Amino acid sequence: MTDRDVIIRVRGLRNQFGAQVVHDNLDLDVRRGEIIGIVGGSGTGKSVLMRSIIGLQEPAAGTIEIHGRSTASLSERDAKELRRTWGVLFQNGALFTSLTVAENVQVPLREYYRMDDHLLDEIAAFKIAMVGLDRDAGPKYPSDLSGGMRKRAGLARALALDPSILFLDEPTAGLDPIGATAIDDLVRQLQQTLGLTVFLITHDLDTLHSVCDRVAVLADKRVITVGTIDELLAYPHPWVQEYFKGPRGRAALQIAGGADTSGHGEGG
Amino acid sequence: MTQAALTGLRIETAGDETRVCIVGPLTVREAGIAYDRLAALTPSPAMTIDLGEADTIDTIGAWLVYRFLRDWRVAGVRARYANATPEQEKLIEQARINDAPCEVRPREANPVVRQLAEIGRATVAITDRFGALLAFLGLVLARLALQLARPWRIRWTSLSHHMEQVGLKALPIVGLMSFLIGLVLVQQGAYQLRRFGAEIFVVDMIGIATLRELGVLLTAIMVAGRSGSAFTAQIGTMKLTEEVDAMRTIGLDPIDTLVLPRLLALVILMPLLVFYASMVAIAGGMVFGWLSLDIPVDTFFTRVRTVVTMDDFLVGMIKAPVFGMVIAVAGCFEGMQVAGDAASVGERTTISVVESIFMVIVFDAFFAVFFTTIGM
Ligand SMILES: Nc1ncnc2c1ncn2[C@@H]1O[C@H](COP(=O)(O)OP(=O)(O)OP(=O)(O)O)[C@@H](O)[C@H]1O
Ligand SMILES: [Mg+2]
Repeated sequence: MTDRDVIIRVRGLRNQFGAQVVHDNLDLDVRRGEIIGIVGGSGTGKSVLMRSIIGLQEPAAGTIEIHGRSTASLSERDAKELRRTWGVLFQNGALFTSLTVAENVQVPLREYYRMDDHLLDEIAAFKIAMVGLDRDAGPKYPSDLSGGMRKRAGLARALALDPSILFLDEPTAGLDPIGATAIDDLVRQLQQTLGLTVFLITHDLDTLHSVCDRVAVLADKRVITVGTIDELLAYPHPWVQEYFKGPRGRAALQIAGGADTSGHGEGG
Repeated sequence: MTQAALTGLRIETAGDETRVCIVGPLTVREAGIAYDRLAALTPSPAMTIDLGEADTIDTIGAWLVYRFLRDWRVAGVRARYANATPEQEKLIEQARINDAPCEVRPREANPVVRQLAEIGRATVAITDRFGALLAFLGLVLARLALQLARPWRIRWTSLSHHMEQVGLKALPIVGLMSFLIGLVLVQQGAYQLRRFGAEIFVVDMIGIATLRELGVLLTAIMVAGRSGSAFTAQIGTMKLTEEVDAMRTIGLDPIDTLVLPRLLALVILMPLLVFYASMVAIAGGMVFGWLSLDIPVDTFFTRVRTVVTMDDFLVGMIKAPVFGMVIAVAGCFEGMQVAGDAASVGERTTISVVESIFMVIVFDAFFAVFFTTIGM
């Protein structure tokens, strides 16, 4: 794998809060154009890892390179330019509560580009439809939305600038299964048509099976392994085994496997 | 024939067909300009958007292509796109599927109606608020009575925490302020009284004014700004994050857990703070008198002791807990009124400070009449 293929490179990352060490000597490579799933038990530091990559959490040690440049040494302008190339969905949506959903989507557009108000409104409506929100959600304030709707609105905002890297913290948590599948499809489609790189934190086994190219497992304060699901199934770590071969893991595996078999049947 | 050369857009006309060739990227960066230029075109009977020379197109670029074709078709033009790659086709198809215009802001009525509605709403809100405040006061007093009847139910940890916050931590700033006010008062008073040769009366003035009025009023204003606002912001944020709802479902009464400890802390500590503020203010006056007016400290002392009566002291001390209660009730009430978004916390905090200072002054006026009537 050449350097050009790696879009995010994390080396020797260490994060700690007081005496609690969350990450220690964590390495991770995210390749250009892939959807990488991040899994790990609750509290293993998935969100903290995302926060450190996007620069919201100062690591105690280690380096983070994005597009081949260390994020620690960026000038104010370069950092802003970098932020323009990514979209972030926080675990709890993190919408601006004093703006409507449509206005939330417009915030990054207004910040970076000059365009006609009419076009802005159109783009907001387009993105809102894209993430599967109803059209009456547009003029609503975040406090009037359900949890799942807030998630989608956050996703619409993250997608506003057509970012080249998308950071998603549990995009399908709290969504109905049909909505979750639609979000999976959307992410997959965007990755295929626009060549997005997606950093996807999830507990949703179906999402892992259907959209992730590779999966990184966070345990013991670091990324213990990265690979395709098939590779992970063979990985001997007890947590990984439990995760993919527990009752839920088996169910998801069967669905994914079953679809494959029928595909083969038709082909032959 | 080339009609006009535009950056990123080349427009060719052949017969009744206009070809709009996208040259180079069409992404969110170019969207603003591309939109303006495409919108300025007068469509001919056949319009084609040619993507043959386009390199990157993102969802917003695809949206532009789709929405102009749509508009032109609606205007009766034969519109199509040409030479798109399969990816670009997918993106344009995605734009088509997700064409669902929505409102950006809640609909607003016409300005006159809105103004009238606003006045109506404000009037109703004021009366409602007054009612709600009285109801809240009633509720708090009822819960307070219940707790005082069973003192072991009082949340002592919380109470002592709030006592530290509103009392102990207020000492430096209240002290500094009182000292300076005492000093300034004596300086200004002495300047006026000197003309009558009655300089020594500044001692009467500072002693009586501070104990009866200034000490308690200034402390109340300080506490309203410092602690009343904090109460509103704390409780308001807890309302936003649904903590208050969570407490209710667990069976904790928010009045017991949030309001009463704050209220008790202020009621207990206001008299102490007022006493402290008054003493420091008098000390400030004494220091100025000693340094600048040559009033010896012991003269100052004896004079204060002869002119200041127990009544003066009691007037201040009786008002103090009442003001503390006013501030705590207003602060907690406004906190409970927070709803919706973060801006509401700020709004309520402002209202709580204004409201509590206003009510303190109203109560002070009542007290003045009352004490005069009973001759205190
Ligand atoms: N600001 C903070 N201060 C102190 N500790 C923190 C902070 N943020 C996170 N932590 C701790 O870091 C650890 C990892 O938190 P993180 O939010 O990354 O978990 P997670 O893997 O995202 O879990 P989940 O799947 O539940 O979202 C937790 O133990 C948490 O208590
Ligand atoms: Mg998390």
